Amino acid sequence: MSAHGLAAAPVNRKFFTPGVGVLMVLAAIAGGLALYRFVFGLASMTNLDDRYPWGLWIAVDVATGVALAAGGFTSAALTHIFHRGRYLPVVRPALLTAMLGYTFVGLGLMVDLGRYYNIWHPAWPTMWQGNSVLFEVGMCVMAYLTVLYIEFLPIVCEWSRKGGRLWGPLAVFQNPVKRFLEVAERTLSKTMVVFIIAGVVLSCMHQSSLGALMLIAPYKVHPLWYTPILPLLFLLSAIAVGFPMVIFESMVSAKSFRREPEMHVLTPLSRLALLFLGIYMAAKITDLMVRNAYGHLWDGSFASTMFMVEVGAGVLLPFCMLLSGRVRRSPSWLFIANTLIVLGVALNRINVYIVAYQPHYATHRYVPSIGEILITLGLIATLMLVYRVFVTIFPVLPAVEGDALPALGRRAEG
Amino acid sequence: MELNRRGFLHLLGAGATCMCAGPALGESNDPTEDDGMAMLVDTTECIGCRKCEFACDQAQGLSGRSRESFEDTSVFDQPRRMVADAYTVVNRYPQPNTPDQPIYVKSQCMHCVKPACVSACLVGALTTAENGAVVYDAGKCMGCRYCMVACPFEVPAYEYSDPLTPRVRKCVFCFERVKNEAKIPACAEMCPPMCLTYGKRTELLALAHERIAKYPDKYVNNVYGEHEVGGTRWLYLAAKPFEELGFLTLGDKPIPQLTETLQHSIFKFGIPPLLLFGVLGAAITAFKDDSSHGAASAKDASSSKPKGVS
Ligand code: SF4
Ligand code: SF4
Ligand code: SF4
Repeated sequence: MSAHGLAAAPVNRKFFTPGVGVLMVLAAIAGGLALYRFVFGLASMTNLDDRYPWGLWIAVDVATGVALAAGGFTSAALTHIFHRGRYLPVVRPALLTAMLGYTFVGLGLMVDLGRYYNIWHPAWPTMWQGNSVLFEVGMCVMAYLTVLYIEFLPIVCEWSRKGGRLWGPLAVFQNPVKRFLEVAERTLSKTMVVFIIAGVVLSCMHQSSLGALMLIAPYKVHPLWYTPILPLLFLLSAIAVGFPMVIFESMVSAKSFRREPEMHVLTPLSRLALLFLGIYMAAKITDLMVRNAYGHLWDGSFASTMFMVEVGAGVLLPFCMLLSGRVRRSPSWLFIANTLIVLGVALNRINVYIVAYQPHYATHRYVPSIGEILITLGLIATLMLVYRVFVTIFPVLPAVEGDALPALGRRAEG
Repeated sequence: MELNRRGFLHLLGAGATCMCAGPALGESNDPTEDDGMAMLVDTTECIGCRKCEFACDQAQGLSGRSRESFEDTSVFDQPRRMVADAYTVVNRYPQPNTPDQPIYVKSQCMHCVKPACVSACLVGALTTAENGAVVYDAGKCMGCRYCMVACPFEVPAYEYSDPLTPRVRKCVFCFERVKNEAKIPACAEMCPPMCLTYGKRTELLALAHERIAKYPDKYVNNVYGEHEVGGTRWLYLAAKPFEELGFLTLGDKPIPQLTETLQHSIFKFGIPPLLLFGVLGAAITAFKDDSSHGAASAKDASSSKPKGVS
């Protein structure tokens, strides 16, 4: 079976726009700041200290990054395992987002790790430490990243088959690369299903373990969030945010490339989003009830406010909105509802990793520094730039009439 | 197709049951039986001389500050915590009723019998040595600082200012010194013996309870570290309830128990992941396509219910 059997084509639009310019500036600033951090150390850039060893980079670049890349495995499962073929148009962009998302999780981690050059240590058998949840997360993420690259390979093969060529000095490798891709295409067409299932299994494993990470700090994590089912909640929320993220991304790129949003796919997809969001919401509320933790909701603390915002604006509100067929059919309402879900899950990760983390001996609260924030923004900007480059070169987004000329027909102007 | 799907759901149910029925690990391990080394701190004997801080600084080659600088008592005005170049600190707790007799408490890594930091470290940079000391190997460390997140006593400090080879810093129970030079930990060596006693954990616990029994008016009837988070190797005696002396109130359960139990039942022999793999594999054949691959149906999507979910 062909993994992504649908007409997709490189986007034929002008690459440079004012928005792209802004992204490039953000990326450049982050690049400079990252250099500064590597020369002068974490203390020079971050507000991390002995009480708050983890900050924005772990909460957003890593934990939120992994959660928001969940569109990759959920849409792969939907189309290739449960054969909902009508959703195929969203699979490739979701796959690309996941692939880039996880790559940038790695980059974000490199900036945060004190001994980044030892990042390979968990992969070395003599240093395996199977009791560590972080070990499991690390191994799964590495394995899944590999799977994502493999899943993306057919797109590169298609590009090559349709006459894609290497640029500039790389052109000397044109023939070997082409031959390699031909072999890869033949091999992968038979084995892809194994990788797709493996990707789903690995995702389920590390998405949940990301929640289990904080279970090691029972005396520091606020009771509104500390629950033994935190791994389950993380898995359910990752599944719940998968399709909303796909919808969000599809609408943003439609806007950016001045296309019509693909409502005929996104509207039914939002029904699935509603279903999974409902399951997550039920689990989250039941957990709060069973643990008798709801008392903390009304104590007026910063944590309780953040919890209310997370669940109220990020779960309940979009759930109610999506119940309405009118919302699901209206591009702008659909966009708002799904943006709320995405922000809600992002806020959940920030809450669990930063807001809920309350060490006893802390004399002040951790607030990320400007440097930390700018590096995070820069990483996101770079991701968006690379995404744009990829969809301009490779057949990722669905072909649209008048836009989709042969893959290599890259015109200079829009 | 219906039958297939029902069959699939059955399979799914069976799989879920299998996963839940995974072995319930609840290692019964009474830490009071433990035979490693330990230290008994009798806070009623501590005079706040800060000699242990100086001894530790010297023995571990930390800040290298002069002996005199450790005699400065103005540091007691603010509560202190361990930092990267101080593995141990002494704090003063003023007593309103007897202002001339404040209580001094030495803090350092507690050397947990079931250490959260060791369980958390993904590369085994933190390990429990044969005598029970929790030691650190900078060569393996990635600097992820998960050990710091994990430690319930908020002990490990970090060299945030070092750009290239930052280390996790905490008391290592003078492990090298004890092992290679057959000495006792430096802090205990320099301290009047009644305050810091080094020995077998079982024996020190017996000694502690002996003292409590002998002087019931002097001590609260509790040895901090006997049961906290499954037991620690630094044990404390005190004249006041521990929570009034900066000690955290922690339960008896070893911190890593929950994560390790979850982790090991979820990944038991890799069966649950493989099972999930099998279930998904079965789903591929059980579910049929809802539309021909290729053109997604262009008709009003809102009218067509997505099948298989609602
Ligand atoms: S006190 Fe903290 S650092 Fe020391 S052994 Fe226990 S968990 Fe590890
Ligand atoms: S910072 Fe070092 S010692 Fe601590 S958990 Fe990470 S790798 Fe292990
Ligand atoms: S045991 Fe050694 S390392 Fe630990 S506080 Fe005492 S002197 Fe310092």
